[in-house]
Amino acid sequence: MPEAWYPFFEWCEGTFLGSAVRESIYAFPLIEAVHLVALCVIGGAIIVVDLRMLGFGMKDQRIAELANHVRPWLVGGLVVMLSTGVLLFLGEAVKCFYNTAFWVKILTLPVALVFTFAVKGRLLDGLETGTRSRLLGSASLVLWLVVAAAGRWIGYS
Amino acid sequence: MIAGILEWVGTTKWSVMLLESYYVWPLLESTHVVTLAFFVGTALMMDLRLVGIAFPGVPVTAFTGRLLPWTRFAFALMVATGLLLFYSSPLRYYNNIFFRLKIVLLLAAGLNIWLFHSRIHLEVEEWENDLRPPRAARIAGLVSIIVWTGVVFSGRLVAYNWFECEIQPQPGWVNFLAGCDAVGEEAMLEP
Repeated sequence: MPEAWYPFFEWCEGTFLGSAVRESIYAFPLIEAVHLVALCVIGGAIIVVDLRMLGFGMKDQRIAELANHVRPWLVGGLVVMLSTGVLLFLGEAVKCFYNTAFWVKILTLPVALVFTFAVKGRLLDGLETGTRSRLLGSASLVLWLVVAAAGRWIGYS
Repeated sequence: MIAGILEWVGTTKWSVMLLESYYVWPLLESTHVVTLAFFVGTALMMDLRLVGIAFPGVPVTAFTGRLLPWTRFAFALMVATGLLLFYSSPLRYYNNIFFRLKIVLLLAAGLNIWLFHSRIHLEVEEWENDLRPPRAARIAGLVSIIVWTGVVFSGRLVAYNWFECEIQPQPGWVNFLAGCDAVGEEAMLEP
């Protein structure tokens, strides 16, 4: 399957935005820094809720209440994360194609997104701390941990 | 003198092993980044509550009581991994202008935290449920957001140091702020 995608990656790198990111010595690092700040916002929004689902942290609040409070920050963080992520990708798409960490990240990310909004997000109403909440919280933490760590690992190969 | 000590530290066995390791260094750095998202992330959530733009109806003490131990735990891991990363290449970081900026911002963040907990937070019971906390608390939250964002930015740019001492000529103020002279002198002493 991957080989068939190669022309697409090559095309991405040749786009106007891809060349622009590559040609400036400042663009890539600065976009990366914004990407990292957005990671913190997403991390905070995810961890506050997941810790609570595991039975830790802000135990005096309901799980659903916390999830509602973090939602705008989570969505906002993801918008910034995805836009800066696309720019970084366009700047070095061919390198990414040959990068295992990139594939781990890009395949885990949709799973994490679907899990967060379509699975976890739908089971929050009236959810109390218990086996179900603990499973959901751990799965969420593991998925996002893989996305974040694999993301950092793209830079090492 | 500091440069001399750090140069020696960089030649110790464990420092060299760390810098040359194929997996340990990247593992340390990814742990640093993951704990950063944990620490700065949870701290930002608290700051947003202090500023009064998030978590309406959640008392501030839910953050400073229930959540803070976790924030501190992540901070401890972040500092530990950060120190080890510094230990792998001390002189290079010492002469890195972004690293120096990061340390200054970390000190500013520490001062802000100390001011918040030693003053404003002492009377937290009086305002913990306020949607809009008192001015001093809102300022502490805003300062925290700005300073930690700065720490993340400068931390990321440490790896892209455009002002490396070896890349000369640099403007005088850059060499001054990065302490490049010491390196320059030492480099000249070598045959």
